[in-house]
Amino acid sequence: MPLKIEQDHARFKAIVRGRIKQNLRKFIQRGELIGKRGGQAVTIPLPTIDIPRFQYGHRDQGGVGQGDGDVGSVLGPGAVEPGSGEAGQGEGEHALEVEVSLEELASILGEELELPRIQPKGHDHVVATKTRYTGINTTGPESLRHFKRTYKRALRRQIASGTYNPAAPVIVPTHEDRRYRSWRLQPIPENNAAILYMMDVSGSMGDEQKEIVRIESFWIDTWLRSQYQGIECRYLIHDAVAREVDRETFFHTRESGGTMISSAYKLCQEIIDAEYSPSAWNVYALHFSDGDNWSADDTRLCLDILAKRMLPAVNLFGYGQVESPYGSGQFIKDLREGVGGDEKVSLSEIADKEAIYGSIRDFLGKGR
Amino acid sequence: MAKDLPDTLRKLRDEIEGYARGFGLDFFEVIFEVLRYDELNMVASYGGFPNRYPHWRFGMDYEQLAKGYEYGLSKIYELVINNDPTYAYLLEANADVDQKLVMAHVFGHGDFFKNNYMFAHTNRKMMDEMANHATRIRRAIDRYGVEKVEDLVDRCLSLENLIDYHAPFIQRRPRPAPGGEAEEEQQVQGFATDREYMRGYLNPAEVLAAERKRLDEERGRLKRFPEQPERDVLLFLLAHAPLEPWEHEVLSILREEAYYFAPQGQTKIMNEGWASYWHSTIMTQKALRDSEVIDYADHHSGTLGTRPGALNPYKLGIELYRDIEDRWNKGRFGKEYDECDDLEVRRAWDKKLGQGRQKLFEVRRHFNDVTFIDEFLTAEFAIEQKLFVYGWSEKRNQWEILDREFRKVKDKLLHQLTNFGQPIIEVVDGNFENRGELLLSHRHDGIDLKLDYARETLGALGSLWRRPVNLMTKVGDKGVMLSFNGKEHQERRVEP
Repeated sequence: MPLKIEQDHARFKAIVRGRIKQNLRKFIQRGELIGKRGGQAVTIPLPTIDIPRFQYGHRDQGGVGQGDGDVGSVLGPGAVEPGSGEAGQGEGEHALEVEVSLEELASILGEELELPRIQPKGHDHVVATKTRYTGINTTGPESLRHFKRTYKRALRRQIASGTYNPAAPVIVPTHEDRRYRSWRLQPIPENNAAILYMMDVSGSMGDEQKEIVRIESFWIDTWLRSQYQGIECRYLIHDAVAREVDRETFFHTRESGGTMISSAYKLCQEIIDAEYSPSAWNVYALHFSDGDNWSADDTRLCLDILAKRMLPAVNLFGYGQVESPYGSGQFIKDLREGVGGDEKVSLSEIADKEAIYGSIRDFLGKGR
Repeated sequence: MAKDLPDTLRKLRDEIEGYARGFGLDFFEVIFEVLRYDELNMVASYGGFPNRYPHWRFGMDYEQLAKGYEYGLSKIYELVINNDPTYAYLLEANADVDQKLVMAHVFGHGDFFKNNYMFAHTNRKMMDEMANHATRIRRAIDRYGVEKVEDLVDRCLSLENLIDYHAPFIQRRPRPAPGGEAEEEQQVQGFATDREYMRGYLNPAEVLAAERKRLDEERGRLKRFPEQPERDVLLFLLAHAPLEPWEHEVLSILREEAYYFAPQGQTKIMNEGWASYWHSTIMTQKALRDSEVIDYADHHSGTLGTRPGALNPYKLGIELYRDIEDRWNKGRFGKEYDECDDLEVRRAWDKKLGQGRQKLFEVRRHFNDVTFIDEFLTAEFAIEQKLFVYGWSEKRNQWEILDREFRKVKDKLLHQLTNFGQPIIEVVDGNFENRGELLLSHRHDGIDLKLDYARETLGALGSLWRRPVNLMTKVGDKGVMLSFNGKEHQERRVEP
């Protein structure tokens, strides 16, 4: 029998997805989309809708807590939940965080943004498998017995049933106590997609702009990973010259100086030519900038590289123009006029964090 | 959907109920129902009632509970509602030891609901009333459409906290005088005399002037609308806003439910503390079997766990009750004890009064969270429980511990609990600027309102009042008037 609540539940989900009641959308508390990333799991906050009331700003209010620590010591992140200081009646005012695997996250993303699945190109390589010990089972061969777990089970049972004697601590595992390692067959991924991230790190790209790039590239990464079995990522930064860096540097470098976008496109094209032959690879080239290119000549050069060499080699060329405090540049307009008609090109203007949502759809909505 | 209590559970219930009555707990009949986890999550989302009107926020709560359960983050152990008979729900999949703990806990709540004075005026047939509310709102939906009704419910929920939390106990408005005929206009005449030369002596000019001024002021007050500032903003809207009959009905339903739930919020620490005190007493002294000790200890400590940034009402409550019991057992109260400066003597203080349990029963009847903390939270207790005040550091962009001084901790806690932790907002003028505008005033006590929310809330209020609405508040120490005229928001500086 379906529960009565299903109707309310469906309605809530429809509101969160923006299908109905647009007026409530601004009260949805999404929080930062990426929480901590441990292994293959991320925490994402569940969306809640906060009905506005006359209320105090939580940060102005503070509260009373309990525990160790000197005056001035810091309460860890997540220790204070908005609204937790009030003796409320359990109305969910805080975002609950859940851990989900990246695969799950990608399918949520796909469903949420109604993204089409990508049709990969390239050869069907035979994929090898590998055995990995990933879990615990109650049956198995003795050679795989997990001594510590078995011992713990036995100890717990003996204490609970009162047969444990601390003076003579003898632990005898029974059949039910035994625990064994269990394994899973994992296909070895076939590297058949490559993402080349390019970012403008000239003086006008501030921390906030980089934060936007970081969040957006995380989601694009997550989606593409769910579509391909293996993925290679390369990171290029540029101001007036371009160079390849590792992921960490990519998101944290702060350079300064002018902007010559063509330098990045040239480098990107060299990498593609050398390592990612278009016949075997699905190549994604994504570029983020504030759109303030050095000169019209350079822009012409960029368009030339794009049209003649890069576009034939890639699945998708994405350009995201992040709005910076100095305003937004001209480059996206030039691209739109130059190569905007090509179906491999997607262009997106990202005004602020809120716009990331729509921008991801711009990039990935083409199903390429 | 509810199943009859199976035999094993019925036996457990009878056993635990026996212990509870043996300890002197006094409750209405308690009806336990066994539910599947999804059913329990549903009922919990509905605030404990099986039948509520349709609204998305119940679905939101359900999503949180369901996700929490499915990912193994959280699980509802007990759910009990203030009603006669008292209803409580048990999770089908729980082990017997959990069911016993829950039952003992529930009898504690039952006793509290029946005896605490805050609940004296609550509707004890709320189960039926909620179902009636659901039917009435469904009928409105059938007639006016789900969008329209839900929008109204959203707006009413925005205003839900604008009720007078102490109204059931205080006569705010004088009853209308019997007869109620218009009083004759009073005139200032002074003492009557037929000797003209005495007149100036008997009635000095300044006395007459003062008297005239007083009468004028009184007349002015009578002309004000409302006469006294009105804390129950919802009541004021029901009485004076130009609502359609169905809107009136929805608003009055939501107001009634807000009043029903209010005492539970105002006694959260006492109520949960009381129930925890009793589940722990009953379980450890009577009901626990040897083999159940570990599971019990695990779940008990889970319930009472603390995190630095949040007070756990279960923990604070049970510790305070235990502290009171100890103090009244040993006679650690009163003038003599308070004035004793010798730390050694204080520590060893024991008059062997043995009044602890008796005192507890008294306390659970006559206090609410505010008075409970005010009366019984001592400096020793605050130190022992490691209480502190925390605040947001703009400089470091994080939460940090600000102070451990007893006075500050207690003041902060009391401030958080007063008026349910909500800002005090009242209607001061229903005919502001003589244009039928509504003027609310926020009694600023040092903390600013969240302004973006205040504007949205004002919008909701305006849609019910159908004329411009204004809110007088302060930002920092400057007076600010927020206004909404149906189309746009305005903000201007005013003298408070």
